[in-house]
Amino acid sequence: MIAVRNLVKKFGGQAVLDGITLEVKQGEIIVVIGPSGTGKSTLLRCINFLEQPDGGEIQIGERKVEATRASRHDILGLRRSSAFVFQNYALFANKTALENIAEGLIVVNGWPKAKAHQRAREILERIGMSEKADAFPAALSGGQQQRIGIGRAMAAQAEVILFDEPTSALDPEWVDEVLELMKQLAVERQTMIVVTHEMQFAREVADRVIFMEGGRIVEQGPPSQLFSAPKDDRTRAFLRKVLDEVPPQCAEGI
Amino acid sequence: MDTLNIDYMLGLLPVMLKYLPLTLKMACIGMVAALVLASLLAVVRVLKVPVLNALTIVFISFFRGTPLLVQLFLFYYGLPQVMAFLTQIDGVTATILGLTLHFSAYMAESIRAAIVGVDRSQTEAALSIGMTNVQLMRRIVLPQAARVAAPTLMNYFVDMIKSTSLAFTLGVTELMGATQKEAASSFLYFESFIMVAIVYWVMVEGLSFVQRWMEKRLNKAYQR
Repeated sequence: MIAVRNLVKKFGGQAVLDGITLEVKQGEIIVVIGPSGTGKSTLLRCINFLEQPDGGEIQIGERKVEATRASRHDILGLRRSSAFVFQNYALFANKTALENIAEGLIVVNGWPKAKAHQRAREILERIGMSEKADAFPAALSGGQQQRIGIGRAMAAQAEVILFDEPTSALDPEWVDEVLELMKQLAVERQTMIVVTHEMQFAREVADRVIFMEGGRIVEQGPPSQLFSAPKDDRTRAFLRKVLDEVPPQCAEGI
Repeated sequence: MDTLNIDYMLGLLPVMLKYLPLTLKMACIGMVAALVLASLLAVVRVLKVPVLNALTIVFISFFRGTPLLVQLFLFYYGLPQVMAFLTQIDGVTATILGLTLHFSAYMAESIRAAIVGVDRSQTEAALSIGMTNVQLMRRIVLPQAARVAAPTLMNYFVDMIKSTSLAFTLGVTELMGATQKEAASSFLYFESFIMVAIVYWVMVEGLSFVQRWMEKRLNKAYQR
């Protein structure tokens, strides 16, 4: 189980996260949507301590960490029980596709190289990238790089994978292959929190959709409810902007 | 201009080659030590390690801000007067020490620049999978920084090889010292010094060869 309680993050006095509380059950697929600059990415980055939160509590599994009193040990623990997929892939440029996936197993988990490479090959197989095992990131397309990025996250066997706009930097032609892979993970009930602008993905895959604005969770619910019958005006306004068709409730309101 | 004494010049070669290993030894030990020290200094600077960072800044400032010759004289002639345990220091050790400290100051700055140049998102990716700062540096950042810094570092190595000639001023008979002695007894200064110049030149050119090969290797990961 992943829980965030009353999480606060400020940049220069301005609260980017204004007391976020969120619980995610094991195997649950959460999609976070909302306008740019509302703290969606910051939320993920705080869970992983890539940003140091200014207040609140983060719990992953048994490990409960109070943000302002987190020790180095706590932070490493949180990072090792979560995995992160970056918007710009962030693959290690000096390592091959295989090595990118095996790196954490070798360095963080202390696996022997042969065992780690064996596991990495299995993952490459699952993400359909076996033939690119020895390619360096510079030689891969954006979609392929992001699939390796997801493979790297899968290798960590983390309790939760955090996806920070995984398809936003991709050329449209590569988006589908990445979304397909994420759907595959969802089917396997990998717990994940996905920040994305892919509404179709949210609709199809999410167990719960969270709408954030101004550093707060405005509204959340199953996609069937949130997309067709949003309760809050702000949710409605946002959906009207990003969706082609106008939800019926909105149409009535106009 | 009188005719060159070619026979004398060729006769000098075996003498020089005898002292070449000492020159190379000083340069190689100095380079390895300077690389290690410079990497540590650079990492301290990048991670802004408290206290050490301030000390590092002063260290770099001093060793970049004073001439190598002054530093060598300080280590060999000066410090032993105030620090008794240094009276045993020989010219070779003093030279290696001086070269190491002097060049590590320069190299630290170029390594630091190279480290800062490594894409920040890779650092985040390494941290996100739970690497410690040391693991991150050793596995991800330094190997990539090495590629960027390699050409500059090779330049410093070239400079260091040539700077070993200053050991002559501490009474060490290395390549330059040996040549100076030969010249003083034969009075054939031009022949002697043009020969030693050629030997240094050939050595540095050989090194450039190695450099090109190394850069090719380091660039392997970045070819499409």
